[in-house]
Amino acid sequence: MYKIVQKRQLNSAVTLMEVEAPLIAKKAQAGQFIIFRVDEKGERVPLTIADYDREKGTVTIIFQIVGRSTMLLNQLEVGDSILDFVGPLGKPSEVEGFKKVAVIGGGVGCAIAYPTAKALFKNGTHVDMIAGFRSKDIVILEDEMRAACTNLYITTDDGTYGEKGFVTNKLQSLIDAGNKYDCVIAIGPVIMMKFVAQVTRPYGIKTIVSLNPIMIDGTGMCGGCRVKVDGKIKFACVDGPDFDGHLVDFDELMKRNTSYKEEEAEERAHVCRLTGGVRNA
Amino acid sequence: MPNMSLKKVPMPEQDPNVRNKNFKEVALGYTPEMAMEEATRCLHCKNKPCVAGCPVNVHIPDFIEKVAAGDFAGAYEIVASTNALPAVSGRVCPQENQCEGKCVRGIKGEPVAIGRLERFVADWYMANGVASPVVPPKNGKKVAIIGAGPAGLSCAGDLAKAGYDVTIFEAFHTAGGVLVYGIPEFRLPKDIVHKEVDNLKALGVKVMTNMVIGKVLSVDEIFEMGYDAVFIGSGAGLPSFMGIEGEALIGVYSANEYLTRTNLMRAYDESYDTPIMKSKSVAVVGGGNVAMDAARCAKRLGAENVYIVYRRSEEEMPARKEEVHHAKEEGIIFKLLNNPVKILGDENGHVCGMECVEMELGEPDASGRRRPTPKEGSNFVLDVDTVIMALGTSPNPLIRTTTHGIEANKHGCLVVDETMKTTRDGVYAGGDAVTGAATVILAMGAGKTAAASIREYLEK
Ligand SMILES: Cc1cc2nc3c(=O)[nH]c(=O)nc-3n(C[C@H](O)[C@H](O)[C@H](O)COP(=O)(O)OP(=O)(O)OC[C@H]3O[C@@H](n4cnc5c(N)ncnc54)[C@H](O)[C@@H]3O)c2cc1C
Ligand SMILES: Cc1cc2nc3c(=O)[nH]c(=O)nc-3n(C[C@H](O)[C@H](O)[C@H](O)COP(=O)(O)OP(=O)(O)OC[C@H]3O[C@@H](n4cnc5c(N)ncnc54)[C@H](O)[C@@H]3O)c2cc1C
Ligand code: SF4
Ligand code: SF4
Ligand code: FES
Repeated sequence: MYKIVQKRQLNSAVTLMEVEAPLIAKKAQAGQFIIFRVDEKGERVPLTIADYDREKGTVTIIFQIVGRSTMLLNQLEVGDSILDFVGPLGKPSEVEGFKKVAVIGGGVGCAIAYPTAKALFKNGTHVDMIAGFRSKDIVILEDEMRAACTNLYITTDDGTYGEKGFVTNKLQSLIDAGNKYDCVIAIGPVIMMKFVAQVTRPYGIKTIVSLNPIMIDGTGMCGGCRVKVDGKIKFACVDGPDFDGHLVDFDELMKRNTSYKEEEAEERAHVCRLTGGVRNA
Repeated sequence: MPNMSLKKVPMPEQDPNVRNKNFKEVALGYTPEMAMEEATRCLHCKNKPCVAGCPVNVHIPDFIEKVAAGDFAGAYEIVASTNALPAVSGRVCPQENQCEGKCVRGIKGEPVAIGRLERFVADWYMANGVASPVVPPKNGKKVAIIGAGPAGLSCAGDLAKAGYDVTIFEAFHTAGGVLVYGIPEFRLPKDIVHKEVDNLKALGVKVMTNMVIGKVLSVDEIFEMGYDAVFIGSGAGLPSFMGIEGEALIGVYSANEYLTRTNLMRAYDESYDTPIMKSKSVAVVGGGNVAMDAARCAKRLGAENVYIVYRRSEEEMPARKEEVHHAKEEGIIFKLLNNPVKILGDENGHVCGMECVEMELGEPDASGRRRPTPKEGSNFVLDVDTVIMALGTSPNPLIRTTTHGIEANKHGCLVVDETMKTTRDGVYAGGDAVTGAATVILAMGAGKTAAASIREYLEK
């Protein structure tokens, strides 16, 4: 059992939790993830390690409430425990050897991009961070991100906060302004990562994306997380989750991620309607 | 006078058309009367050919004699003295190639139902056994076991009984390995596996789940934590795909994923959150136990048509005979001598068919089986919405790539000597991690051999 020691609502749909998991905290590196299972009947669901405290032995996760499992997780309070919590899984992000990097986060993707930006910045890398949100009321982690980069640029689709527009517009204008990046790291909705890769392709800027296919075991055993990279099958949980954005087949990933759309919608309605999120035994 | 009936006492089973809609156990087990009657078919051969066919040397005629006499506790003691998981092996051993394959009664008629008797004895003991295990005094030495499959469990059991302080590190949230995530409930009820694990815990074995070794801890760190030896029983869980067009379509599963969702994550039980495709027609590619299990699960999950697509003929199928027989009874359609060439998708990226080619058998290949070759121009489309690839698995590289000094062969299997020692001192390995995908009883046997070698290593 893994005890929740802190819980904070970042916006109406995004929650931060700090969880006691000393062995994972000891080993975690930016870019890695955990898989949790709320209770005996729950799914195994992956979440990025947003932060860790090796001394305290805790791991921080930040999750968007999108479906049944994240709803059930969000029902838990400080002092409650999560049944299963396994990690650190996946390969750590590459954070060495860069001079100047643009880190791009889209929505809750900012939570996943944040630890990578922080690790790069700590290594002395110049980090321009572009954080995109739909609207002002869902902006998250502004102070944390500001402390983890050289320049923070916030964009909103509707212009209610920061600059109006998409993250790709901002990236384009930074490149146009003469910024020379060794690498662009983009984490967010698949469609956003696809477009970032399109922006950087003509300039030949190395582009890393973090993929989020459906996973079960997270150890390379089920093949459910397979993605096509450079025409080859890769298992995102062990070969990734970071891949070269110029080689990823994004369209295939978008399709595969809809595999259980109907079942999930049913489950979601079920939680809300019948139990308000609390599971009947 | 022995019972000279040519047939085994039949085992009661759920009716095929009932059981192919539920996940309850297919074969219901002998009653004491049936077991005693079957036991009288054994001739108590002096040279015991059956024992030679058993990888863990169960003293077969001896335990059968006790069954015939109605002394089930005595029979259990004999079985358990060499077999750590008799309720499991009695159900899943490929007996026709092992003990029963060597039984003299099989020359004319059916062999003695050794597996069924072993199962009976183990089940009887689980229901009526009295003595709770005595926790042996600790000898102060610590051994770490990686992986809670049959190899790891049997190694842990033997060491715990000898007084070792044993900890099992398991990647999944439940102990049991393939016994819980692969082999379905209707062939091996999960309660049996959980009871076996509880028995180990009662012996003082600690089971740490959610521990992916190579990630959260390395083998080196395990030694630093004060363990004196390590046993690796991490299995062969890495799935293969064919590399044909369309394998990324929605509705294409590895058997591992399909079975894990169904068995470990209980997708068939409404009260669990696990989603699984609601299929109408399913093609399972392969001819082993894994393929039979996936096909029979698909049927139970409601598919109308379930096909086994296998490129050789029935004779070459590696699955247990009983599973093939049960699958047929349950309405699984066998498309033998057929090989997939391409999976077809609709505009939403869902599977809508699988193109196959007919095969014919030529000369024997390296495996001794006749090599299948495609028949030119025989391509046809099988109308399916789900495809499950059950093509065999290989060992996961996670441990060997994060551990210094452990060698593997070109298939990724760990290299060990006859004592199950790897190329690194103090590190032993066994089961599928060493042999590639094999059988439960061989994995158990390897775990036992390793336990003896570890004792030798630490007690010398
Ligand atoms: C490596 C990785 C890291 C991730 N990190 C984060 C994070 O830090 N914060 C965050 O909010 N989200 C993260 N995600 C996404 C998160 O796992 C999904 O949003 C979550 O599974 C939704 O579960 P649900 O039951 O609440 O929703 P559901 O209703 O089950 O699903 C909603 C959508 O989530 C996706 N999904 C469902 N099940 C899985 C699964 N087992 N694995 C992956 N995706 C799934 C599907 O695309 C689905 O359409 C990450 C995903 C991956 C693969
Ligand atoms: C569907 C299916 C049906 C089968 N049917 C039969 C049958 O009828 N009869 C028969 O004899 N055999 C059958 N087999 C084969 C048999 O199950 C295996 O040969 C046997 O389970 C191997 O045992 P093992 O202990 O070596 O490995 P496994 O049972 O694979 O157990 C390995 C364990 O190690 C864990 N692990 C892996 N990596 C790590 C890590 N890095 N850190 C920690 N833990 C780790 C895994 O999660 C797993 O629990 C079947 C196999 C399958 C898949
Ligand atoms: S363990 Fe397997 S091979 Fe040995 S006697 Fe039992 S069923 Fe037969
Ligand atoms: S070979 Fe058959 S008949 Fe002979 S002892 Fe063994 S089980 Fe009995
Ligand atoms: S999640 Fe199963 S192989 Fe990646």
